[in-house]
Amino acid sequence: MAHTPFNVMNGSVEIEDRSEVPSMPWFGMDIGGTLSKLVYFEPKDITPDEADAEVETVKNIRRYLTKNSAYGKTGHRDIHLEMDNVVIRRRTGALHFIRFPTSEMDTFLELAKSKGMANLVTTVCATGGGAYKFEDNFRKEVNMRLRKFDELDSLIKGMLYIETNNPRECYFWSNPTEDDHCEKCYYDFSHPYPFLIVNIGSGVSILAVYGPYSYKRISGTSLGGGTFLGLCCLLTGCNSFEEAICLAAGGDNTRVDKLVKDIYGGDYGRFGLPGDLVASSFLAVHSFGHMNSKEKRAMVSKEDLARATLVTITNNIGSIARMCALNEKIERVVFVGNFLRVNPISMKLLAHAMDYWSKGTLKALFLEHEGYFGAVGCLLEFEGTDS
Amino acid sequence: MERSHPKSIKLPETLEVFRNIKNAKGFAIDIGISLTKIAYWSTISHRRALYDEGFINSKDDSKMVYEVSEGARLHFIKFETKYIENCLDFINQNLVGAPSTMMGKSIKGTGGGTYKYSELILSKLGLTVEKENEISCLIKGCNFLLKNMADESFVFQRHGNPEYKFQSVDPDIFPYLLVNIGSGVSIMKVESEDSYERIGGTATGGATFWGLGSLLTKAKGFDELLELAEKGDHRKVDVLIKDLTGRDYLELPGDLIAASFGKAALMKEGKDSEPGNQFSECDVARSLLFTISNDIGQIACLYAMMHGLKKVYFGGYFLSGHPLSMHTVSFAINFWSRGAVQPLFLRHEGYLGAIGAFLKGAEECDAEKYSWLENYAGSSGLGNPMPTHIASDSLGSLQCSQPENLSSTASMNCPLGVASPVGLVVDQLEMDRWEPQAVYCPLLARPAKYVPDTEDLTQDAEAREYWLSCFEESVEKFALRAMESQPGSSTAKDRAHKFKQKYVCRLHYLREHPFAYGCLTVRSLLDTIEHCLKEFDFPDPYLKQKQEENERAFAALPSCLQKVDNLEWRERQELLITMVLAGNVFDWGAREVAELMESSDFGLEEASHHLEKRPWMVDNLDAWIERIKGPPHNCAAIFVDNSGVDIVLGVLPLARELLKRKTKVILCANSAPALNDVTFTELLMILKQAGSICNIIKTALAEGRLIGMETGQAGPCLDLSRISRKLADAMVSHKVDLVIIEGMGRSIHTNLDAVFVCESLKVAVVKNRWLAKRLGGDMFSVMCKYEQAPKERRGQVC
Repeated sequence: MAHTPFNVMNGSVEIEDRSEVPSMPWFGMDIGGTLSKLVYFEPKDITPDEADAEVETVKNIRRYLTKNSAYGKTGHRDIHLEMDNVVIRRRTGALHFIRFPTSEMDTFLELAKSKGMANLVTTVCATGGGAYKFEDNFRKEVNMRLRKFDELDSLIKGMLYIETNNPRECYFWSNPTEDDHCEKCYYDFSHPYPFLIVNIGSGVSILAVYGPYSYKRISGTSLGGGTFLGLCCLLTGCNSFEEAICLAAGGDNTRVDKLVKDIYGGDYGRFGLPGDLVASSFLAVHSFGHMNSKEKRAMVSKEDLARATLVTITNNIGSIARMCALNEKIERVVFVGNFLRVNPISMKLLAHAMDYWSKGTLKALFLEHEGYFGAVGCLLEFEGTDS
Repeated sequence: MERSHPKSIKLPETLEVFRNIKNAKGFAIDIGISLTKIAYWSTISHRRALYDEGFINSKDDSKMVYEVSEGARLHFIKFETKYIENCLDFINQNLVGAPSTMMGKSIKGTGGGTYKYSELILSKLGLTVEKENEISCLIKGCNFLLKNMADESFVFQRHGNPEYKFQSVDPDIFPYLLVNIGSGVSIMKVESEDSYERIGGTATGGATFWGLGSLLTKAKGFDELLELAEKGDHRKVDVLIKDLTGRDYLELPGDLIAASFGKAALMKEGKDSEPGNQFSECDVARSLLFTISNDIGQIACLYAMMHGLKKVYFGGYFLSGHPLSMHTVSFAINFWSRGAVQPLFLRHEGYLGAIGAFLKGAEECDAEKYSWLENYAGSSGLGNPMPTHIASDSLGSLQCSQPENLSSTASMNCPLGVASPVGLVVDQLEMDRWEPQAVYCPLLARPAKYVPDTEDLTQDAEAREYWLSCFEESVEKFALRAMESQPGSSTAKDRAHKFKQKYVCRLHYLREHPFAYGCLTVRSLLDTIEHCLKEFDFPDPYLKQKQEENERAFAALPSCLQKVDNLEWRERQELLITMVLAGNVFDWGAREVAELMESSDFGLEEASHHLEKRPWMVDNLDAWIERIKGPPHNCAAIFVDNSGVDIVLGVLPLARELLKRKTKVILCANSAPALNDVTFTELLMILKQAGSICNIIKTALAEGRLIGMETGQAGPCLDLSRISRKLADAMVSHKVDLVIIEGMGRSIHTNLDAVFVCESLKVAVVKNRWLAKRLGGDMFSVMCKYEQAPKERRGQVC
């Protein structure tokens, strides 16, 4: 975990200078433990000559991807994240952000095959653990080679690119504990270093970033989005992340957790544990502490359980992130990863945790394209040729 | 101090829990969400047989004079909080004078449950609960344990040899991080007795494990959940790095958990229907245990690194000595700190709060002014709760087992599963006040590195097996001897039987769980015999025998001294050491010798024939003689061993020779009896008697050049990290420059490798065939190990 230079990375400027631009279509992929992320670049500066020369399959793929927002049963395009007018390798166009469950990899490959991908692209840049795991499937099904990039390099590269190209990428939550006054506020991230990235996917990786080419992985935890979803599925019978988040939104973790005031009847002042600080779940002295008695269990709904699970996992990530930040003497903590997708509860909890326990010295920041940076990083690497 | 006859002494309590509750004082209580700990102290009367000139010729032991000494004992009992009412009732019924004597008094309480149960305690016992700060109690308790209990803390290495690596007591215990894993987790930085703070914590603790566990499995209790976890396979539930990538990834090993419970979601969707991917509730329990323990380990490690602390102690009920949890926590800390932070576990992790609360309320007991010794006879071993006769059925009547209920009571001491099914399961810890205050021997060259025991039986399976069997075979003799020592007592037979049962049970338990009471050593096995004998009111089974043997030896002393004095200088020095060795053959603690001694009229002469011929197994005799050709020593401290021939005809003539050389001599004897070893009170009488036979001794005694002192020890071995302060002070003030340690227990089982700042002579006869073979000799092999002071220290002794 020493400082790892960006071993395979070139600056985007260099890429633009290249005379040989790879042929379309341009993709970047990040195959995670739960979700696979696909970023697609749609060129919008196609000249008539080029259009004439374009292979029909390429057009079809472009049309299929940009005219739909759902692919098969489980593929989705996050339309709200689409970025127009971005320039990559001197081409101007739009970035499209698509995701599907990694467990649906077979379906994805079948779809890709049916769209004629096998005849087109020979290499796709990919990252994430799945880039190794599914290597053979890609070769067999769609005659594609995966060019594998370092996950953390890609993440940082993609993040810096998106942040530079989208002025409203970075934000924070003001007054995170007050539902009425809580607002999303944009944050000027133009002088970012040093900062911490907490990437919450199935598991959690924590990186300290000191400059565009200097970072180290300092920590992580196996208690991440995968744990939340896994536990929620077991506890509530839900079937998807969205469903789990929905349940959590309607639940109350205080019926599951024991709070300071449940035990001490008030604050536990001497050691700074507030007894009734708003409705913050930082009070939970022990998560799931009520659950070993039958009567208590009977009073608890699926929603409450989902909420307690979400709060437990989020708080845990928050405290580990906070200590990492303190150990590294870093004040800005950027939370990314698909665990935060449609999940304002966790974001607000994290925002509050950073602020409260650090007495205002730590800042929790969030990014709009939370889960897609690894895939973007790969797209930027794409050169279209075998290496 | 009072003197009385044995009949007026009550039998010790046969009740195994809430022992001595009748005269309990200074209650304190720590009520956790799951477990309650009650602490109190009691005064215990122990008979101590007096060595008296008057009774020697009397065959009637009722004439034997006993001294009743009052000692203090700390009791700590732990049980599930749901039985608190039963236990309070039990106290109410058994405590003398309760509740009227307790009305209006207050006790110290700590733990979250104190708030909830204050009313109950008031109504049952008339006691108000003064709530003490939980965190300061935990720390006070932790400090107390680290300072007083041998082998309190250990490093755990699953499947390692040894699995438990007990840490020797560091004279300086600070600073450290204390992680208390109760229902939630509290993390404290402790820099000194008074300077500490809670620096963090997490809500993901024992209650999360138990709460989630009861939602996800059918387990009906914490222990059942742990049992499930022990059987499960977390890889069916967790996503490992290699599941994501098929191999190691980044710098992470493939077996590392990438996402806890990550497979549970896939499964639920019914997409992954391969049979290998089905998981059971055991797998879920294991995954849950790993999730929580890993997380706690990581968070503890982050705090330790943040504050630059290298030692992390864990307290609280969550770990409760459970190997899988300790392993996971250790793994997490080692992984995240790369070995820079050391995870340490405590044998009595569950008692920290109760001990702390007790200490805060127990000025009367002055606990912190004394040193305390774990009572092996009355304490549960690591992870070995005991079923009791207190009914766990909340409607059941509470019973105190009666003395006539002997066989079942004795079985109470057996490990879980052997005893009656009706009892409430408790765990207990007892500590006896140990006077005088114990300190390190000032002559040890490297006190912080000193480990008394030569062999660690937890590491050496062969030695362990041998000694456990050896002691089991010997116990019959000890029991018989104990019974015979009180022929006038109608209960002696029963008590001797119970003593034997208890000790054999303990040996069987130790065979399965060698780490249960800290490091298993020959010393701890011998100490346990003494604790058990004391427990069943056999204060000194060998007393009479010791005295008879002393008398017989004294009869031979004059001719013996004459023989010595008639020799040339060099022959004399040789004979003196040989006599110490021959004398040391007389030992009732050694099974094979005991048989020899019983079988014939065995004397010093016979004994010396048994000795190995020179050169001995370890033979520094010539070096020793060479040394005493030189200038006399200033003062010699001699740690003596057995009564009778050993002390009278072995040690005394050697001491006399040293005195003749103008060397002062401090004879150091046990404070309390152990087998046939000389005790301090006996030593004083022996010296007096010797003075009446030999003028040199008489003069030396009168001039204070020959002194008898007590070591502060009560077993047949010698732990130089705990000797009496008086002796330590005397060693310094008399400028001791020669330490002589005599006998197997003190110079082979212990201290064989001890290094002193001054000269030392370790003399013993190996009276155990197995051990002799191991040491490279045979039965009656001789160790005569003379060592000069380490060079760098020579000349600056004391």
